[in-house]
Amino acid sequence: MKIAVCIKQVPDTTDVKIDPKTNTLVREGVASITNPFDEYAVEEALLIKEKHGGEVHVISMGPPQAIDILKNALAVGADKVYLVSDRAFAGADTLATAYALSKTIKTISDVDLVICGKQAIDGDTAQVGPGIATRLGIPQLTYVSKIREINLEKKKIIVERLLEHGREVVESSLPALLTVVKDINEPRLPSLLGIKKAAKAQIPTLTSKDIGADENKIGLKGSPTWVMKVFSPEARGGSGEILKGELTEVAHLLVNKLMDTKFIK
Amino acid sequence: MARLLIDKDVCTGCESCVPACPFGALSMKEGIAVVDDKCTFCGACVDVCPVSAITLEKEEKAVTIDVAAYKDVWIFIEHESGKLSNVSFELLGEGRKLADSIGCKLCGMLFGDKEIIDQFAKEAIAYGAEKVYVMESPFLKEYRTDPYAKAAVDLIRKYKPEIVLFGATTQGRDFAGTVATTLEAGLTADCTGLDIDPETKYLKQTRPAFGGNIMATILDYPNYRPQMSTVRPKVFPMPPRDDSRKGEIIRETLQMTEDQIRTKVLEFIRGAETINLVDAEIIISGGRGVGGPEGFKPIRELAEVLGAAVGASRAAVDSGWVPYEHQVGQTGRTVRPKIYIACGISGSVQHQAGMKTSDIIVAINKDPEAPIFKIATYGIVGDLFAVIPMVKEEFKKRLGR
Repeated sequence: MKIAVCIKQVPDTTDVKIDPKTNTLVREGVASITNPFDEYAVEEALLIKEKHGGEVHVISMGPPQAIDILKNALAVGADKVYLVSDRAFAGADTLATAYALSKTIKTISDVDLVICGKQAIDGDTAQVGPGIATRLGIPQLTYVSKIREINLEKKKIIVERLLEHGREVVESSLPALLTVVKDINEPRLPSLLGIKKAAKAQIPTLTSKDIGADENKIGLKGSPTWVMKVFSPEARGGSGEILKGELTEVAHLLVNKLMDTKFIK
Repeated sequence: MARLLIDKDVCTGCESCVPACPFGALSMKEGIAVVDDKCTFCGACVDVCPVSAITLEKEEKAVTIDVAAYKDVWIFIEHESGKLSNVSFELLGEGRKLADSIGCKLCGMLFGDKEIIDQFAKEAIAYGAEKVYVMESPFLKEYRTDPYAKAAVDLIRKYKPEIVLFGATTQGRDFAGTVATTLEAGLTADCTGLDIDPETKYLKQTRPAFGGNIMATILDYPNYRPQMSTVRPKVFPMPPRDDSRKGEIIRETLQMTEDQIRTKVLEFIRGAETINLVDAEIIISGGRGVGGPEGFKPIRELAEVLGAAVGASRAAVDSGWVPYEHQVGQTGRTVRPKIYIACGISGSVQHQAGMKTSDIIVAINKDPEAPIFKIATYGIVGDLFAVIPMVKEEFKKRLGR
């Protein structure tokens, strides 16, 4: 079973603050992390490998410093990692990103399963997973919270998808692409040996030529959308009202305020 | 390839651009701003530079498609478990404004089996659609990516809408991503604001990014059509329903056989909760402060009195006190209820990312310094186990429940 996992380096948004004077995002000292949903994707690939055998190939597209998250993937047990990096990819929107990742997966070849996180916590689009599946011409199973069964002989997979009103149990042919939610597993920590091995590893970099990309479909050139402006969201109107007094009084006051909204029926 | 140019002779080294970059691509070198590989050419720095030293050089794209052939605003009419989704009606309301601005028709796009198709098409018309493009097939009874994407791509290629809007639900986001990739069209995810230029017909799509810490307005280049977005539920109001409205129903046939569909839905397990987080008008959430699984009991009791859904912070979910489907926040669900009551939740940036656009936020927390109070409409500093039962009794009295 050959599994490809796509991961993204994102800022740890815990630390992101808005400068009240300039009204812009303060990025100083913001650490970079593996997108949390992608950690579940890597873990699920490792769990499948442990059960069914095979190889786990982890891909990240991004600037050279994305090597850090690929080393983390090696440290937890990925067999091979690839940095997909080229100035020609810069400015890519989700369509161009999914194209480049799909070309990379084709380069790896004979992949049975592709796993991505449900979405990245910086862009929050959830569009790259379906984009890759469509480009590869394989079925997609999004919002997966559990893999019930993988049958390699029959080339079938059965998963549970976490939707708004419940869980949908779906069977699909393989190869397929999954996007996973947090509930699916608990990512392992790297072993000491794993960290040592990863530190020494040479990470191969794939350029647009290496993956055989059409230059009209990558980077800004291959992106139908562009960002016209970025700005700070409106702050919530003023600071809140702290209700004070005896407990019974406070409870009474809150109920009055909420009843006045007419939202309670 | 695009380039970000910094004029060394003009740059004064004021550093305004450095914090303005959402991607941390700008830094100072020998008193002059320099840009590195992290630049995505978003242009945020161009606007803040007080001396206009930064310019963004974008490659002009040749317009190769006949843009004039694209017209009308289309709304994907979503249904699940035999019920139309409210977000489709909200989008018909917003789509009406867009269609009126550019002087075109508002249309629905609806797929399903014969049990529901006519009734749902009529409902779409009652909420404002002038035309509804429908495909009816037993394969389209419930949402599956393959037949739905095939149906939509065929219709869009044939009728060429200017704009296509989908709800940013799990279904809409699964679906739209596939359709846009097949068409090689632009798609902007999870929009919270839409605006259109009546002259150019450019759709300005505004959406939160970085967990809601920044907003971005996104446009499609003119050589890509249709302009497509998924739009977050509950952002736009429900338009009035008028069953006397007349509309045209245009029927097309799905060009697909069952063996071409690669997935099969085996079963649907409904959630244990009667009210789910995404649809709820009122949500009562518990965090670390509830102390354990039994701590959710008073929260559930209050939720029952108010007909509310039960939410939770990541801390409560990771401790195993409530299942993951209750989690609100960056790695959980994004919600937008009328009233959100946070009990024993400190209010981390990640939690706020999932709930801060709620109309009214009530915070109940022992710690007066908890960040949740900064975004709360009403705050109570106190023990939730004392406050909540009292609030519940008071509501019971008022509501006669």
